[in-house]
Amino acid sequence: MEFLSKFPQMDDALLRDLKKAIDESFRGFTRAYGDALEAFFEPLRLFLVYAERFVTNTPWIVIFLLIMAIAWFGSRNWKIVVGAAVTLLLIGYFGMWEDTMKTISMIFVCTVISIAIGIPLGIAMARWNRMQAIINPVLDVMQTMPSFVYLIPVVMLLGIGKVPGLIAVVIYAMPPIIRLTNLGIRLVDADMLEAADAFGSNGWQKLTKVQLPLALPTIMAGINQTIMMALAMVVIASMIGVQGLGQPVLRAISNQYFTLGVFNGFAIVGIAIIFDRVSQAFGKRLQKHTEVVHG
Amino acid sequence: MAEPIGIQIRNLYKIFGPDAAALIEKVRTGTTKTELNEKYGAVLGLNNINMDMAAGQIQVIMGLSGSGKSTLIRHINRLIDPTAGEVLVGGDDVVKMSPEALREFRRHKTAMVFQKFALLPNRTVLENTGYGLEVQGVPREKRIETSMRWIERVGLKGFEKKYPNQLSGGMQQRVGLARALSNDAPILLMDEAFSALDPLIRVDMQSVLLDLQKEIRKTIVFITHDLDEALRLGDSIAILRDGEIIQMGSSQDIVLKPANDYIANFVREVNRGRVIHVEKAMSPLRADTALPAASVAAGTSLDDAMKHLVARGADRLTVTDGQNRPLGVIDSATIVAALVGGV
Repeated sequence: MEFLSKFPQMDDALLRDLKKAIDESFRGFTRAYGDALEAFFEPLRLFLVYAERFVTNTPWIVIFLLIMAIAWFGSRNWKIVVGAAVTLLLIGYFGMWEDTMKTISMIFVCTVISIAIGIPLGIAMARWNRMQAIINPVLDVMQTMPSFVYLIPVVMLLGIGKVPGLIAVVIYAMPPIIRLTNLGIRLVDADMLEAADAFGSNGWQKLTKVQLPLALPTIMAGINQTIMMALAMVVIASMIGVQGLGQPVLRAISNQYFTLGVFNGFAIVGIAIIFDRVSQAFGKRLQKHTEVVHG
Repeated sequence: MAEPIGIQIRNLYKIFGPDAAALIEKVRTGTTKTELNEKYGAVLGLNNINMDMAAGQIQVIMGLSGSGKSTLIRHINRLIDPTAGEVLVGGDDVVKMSPEALREFRRHKTAMVFQKFALLPNRTVLENTGYGLEVQGVPREKRIETSMRWIERVGLKGFEKKYPNQLSGGMQQRVGLARALSNDAPILLMDEAFSALDPLIRVDMQSVLLDLQKEIRKTIVFITHDLDEALRLGDSIAILRDGEIIQMGSSQDIVLKPANDYIANFVREVNRGRVIHVEKAMSPLRADTALPAASVAAGTSLDDAMKHLVARGADRLTVTDGQNRPLGVIDSATIVAALVGGV
């Protein structure tokens, strides 16, 4: 009757050996290729370092005005600009300016990298069904796998620091931009593509003149989602040495500093709202031509 | 202006469905559309089409939905690949072109106007009009100059900075027309171009097209499901049913000699006064015919001849040819008889 009461699982010793074998071979791989991988990611690390140095070494007033300018040219909406100004000034007044800047520089780099990899991947998925069939399950894994699980091998390979943090954030934040680029291109009206063909457009012309412009609202929604998800990863990334607003939160958790946690938490929420409103207003502005409908 | 070129279609077949090439012999030896669908799950789109479209003329292809007319026009610029057959444009077989040659052909030899306009919503009228030229790599200055000329010509001056969404259907299709004309291609393909428009605007656009054609002299292939439109526009009309051409001819031929009951049914509703010309109804000259003083030229419609009679207070008219020589005589009783279907 033991067969029924206990699930027939693999022999314990065998299972242990299996895990050990995998662990050891991965450790071997780490030892052999860790340095090479680190060298490979060196440009990325420099990008992160320069971005962070730029926002922390420049006088705060310059950065503040720069963000206001971006908010204004992105949204052309003074309410959003005033909201952003008040939020940033409050964050600074409560002593979180430096951490906030570090987080913003990190999010900026993560978003740039997600877009740079995500949009071409999305285009490839839209173009080849086989590509879609391969990438979709990978995206499912990226979105549902608990981030701690892939933090382990990343830290084993690259140690603690900015680059592993960046990789963890990008893995988590990139799926929306890939999925929505793919979706946006696939939703482009077949009539439009036929017209483009009828006028003799080649593949590149079709992509740049018809598919991408028409998919842009969807792609913008993807970028917005990517930024939001990157922000959500800030605390987890801080566990492997990424500086910024996540670090104080982490300290607050381990020491039960209620106020520290709440302040930094709200700072994250604040910049998330700024990013969201500005990027959405920008996306809407790009689509101005769809608003005025012939009566 | 590009020289007009004619289009010849030879033994064109299109079968939709898997394994189409294997079924082509079955169709050639007489398998019908229904049999093909029931036995092999394939759809016979076009069945042995043979057509000559004259250079510089408007060729109308008329049929109801499902007749294959939109499929046929898409074979001319090979948006659809045929299962078998040839499409000769100026002597070149479009079916055999390489992808590069086909692209060049589409850029320079054909332009297309679509039923649902297919304008890019994110581009202004001016940018939409210049799309074909942009794809050809024409420099910006030249593109704007050409686009502006055609925007003006289709009556949209002052709207060039508007987006398609801000225009009515009729105006959007004028943009579609301007875009096609900017290409300066000898062949203009119009796929139910006016079907989505209100009746009054449709008639208006037909006038625009006829008016333009006097000047541009392109080979126009015009698809429609509307017989009135076909009769008004077509120098020659082909009627398509279930993927086969069932009658080809001028509007007079179609109205006066419908090839079968199917066409006769359509023709019954047509305003004959506008289609039939006086020379088809007149009595030919005999030695003893007295020529009335009032005259009309051959090619005048019965409607206009009737107006003539009323205006002159006459009862009979002399029908004359281009050199003012008498061809025959027509009286009001004959006109009325022709109008009610007595010819």
